[in-house]
Amino acid sequence: MKYIAAIGKYFIMVWEVFKKPTKWPIMRSLILKEIDELIYGSMGIIIFISFFIGGVVTIQTALNLTSPFLPKSLIGFATRQSVILEFAPTFTSIIMVGKVGSYITSSIGTMRVTEQIDALEVMGVNSLNYLVFPKIIAMLFFPFAVAIAMYIGVLGGWIAAVFGGYAPSGEFIKGLQIDFIPFHVTYAFIKTLVFAFVIATIPSYFGYYMRGGALEVGKAATTSFVWTSVVIIILNYVLTQLLLG
Amino acid sequence: MIEVENLHKSFGETHVLKGITTNFEQGKTNLIIGQSGSGKTVFLKCLLGLFEPEQGDIRYSGQLYADLSGDERRDLRQDMGMVFQGSALFDSMTVEENVRFPLEMFTKKSKAEMKERVDTVLERVNLEDAHDKFPAEISGGMKKRVAIARAIVMNPTYLFCDEPNSGLDPKTAILIDNLIQEITREFDITTVINTHDMNSVMEIGEKIIFLKDGYKEWEGTNKEIFKTDNEAVTNFVYSSELFKKVRQMYIEERN
Repeated sequence: MKYIAAIGKYFIMVWEVFKKPTKWPIMRSLILKEIDELIYGSMGIIIFISFFIGGVVTIQTALNLTSPFLPKSLIGFATRQSVILEFAPTFTSIIMVGKVGSYITSSIGTMRVTEQIDALEVMGVNSLNYLVFPKIIAMLFFPFAVAIAMYIGVLGGWIAAVFGGYAPSGEFIKGLQIDFIPFHVTYAFIKTLVFAFVIATIPSYFGYYMRGGALEVGKAATTSFVWTSVVIIILNYVLTQLLLG
Repeated sequence: MIEVENLHKSFGETHVLKGITTNFEQGKTNLIIGQSGSGKTVFLKCLLGLFEPEQGDIRYSGQLYADLSGDERRDLRQDMGMVFQGSALFDSMTVEENVRFPLEMFTKKSKAEMKERVDTVLERVNLEDAHDKFPAEISGGMKKRVAIARAIVMNPTYLFCDEPNSGLDPKTAILIDNLIQEITREFDITTVINTHDMNSVMEIGEKIIFLKDGYKEWEGTNKEIFKTDNEAVTNFVYSSELFKKVRQMYIEERN
């Protein structure tokens, strides 16, 4: 019953976010600030992780293709499919839950603890719109980050394959081009957009409705990480079944 | 003027406010006092519209709050200033940005007009040199003054203060009290202060409402509170040794 009530409260919160919008000049600056904080500020970790994940996928694929009858181009094919379908959208989203989600929960939670949210409400500001809406809009740029993650992941795979001696460059690139289905990229971006909304709103929910003091802010950030990750994993399954199944 | 009639508020099984009837006068500093758990903060939050009472009426300058639409309530809130116990300044903004915030949100003033208004209120609270400082860089007393500046920047009709002196040294607390009283008189504001600071009661308690267990136990002025025979009030007021001695001296003088 507690969980159903929480889900209902979450959807009411999402509805409230879009009511009584903040003045556009203020909202514009808030959105730009959040893009800088949430997306641009995460690019370093996204690039770093994508590069090495791409490399690891390539090495593991190569080490498992022991039959001499299997062409080396399969290494490139498997890397592309793994990176585009799963590693770039889902793995990057989980990383973002850890980095961005915790930031969102703790920043909004701190504002709750220090009565800054009450101050906004007393002034007549729709605090949910002011705090959460810019984060949702900023996270709409998350697919761009995932596109870069895809590119860097494949690049990492190519470097690992060529310089690790697992496949010649030509074979790897040939594998990247085999049976390419453009919808797989669309599928990845659809997933990413859904995950982006989840990453912006669930941590906001845990921050906005938290009670207590500094210790509870930390607990809320942890709980938010767990639940956002769970929702992303479940949605990943559902979306994959719906779009590719 | 704010009129309150038969106000009730509960949280689950806990009945916090039990039929409070009173009024808060314009141009005066109205104090709500009482022990912790007496319902002061809940009462203040009902007045601010942050809590919805189950029963009872609140009228702001004759307007019944319950009759107002959502938009009208938001408009009314823009006519209210609030000084929070912990100041509640936006810590990612400078002092100037904090004070300018309500103007940016709700007015169509030009940047120059906003700057002029911000300068005026910061000067009024003696913070001319703190424009570019962040809340983390200023003292508790300065934070309270910034909070007061932010609360009055929109020329509110109603000013609410929740424990404005908490965490301040006695000298700074008196300065804050005097500042609130001066502003109340200067701008003819209806000021409601939630406090348990007896110095505030003595200094600026033009009207005092004493709450006990969710009831209004007593109301009067700072002159009357030291003469009342109400046991609950005297137990509260004379809980400190200093005030006990003051009362003793008063009784001896009277006899």
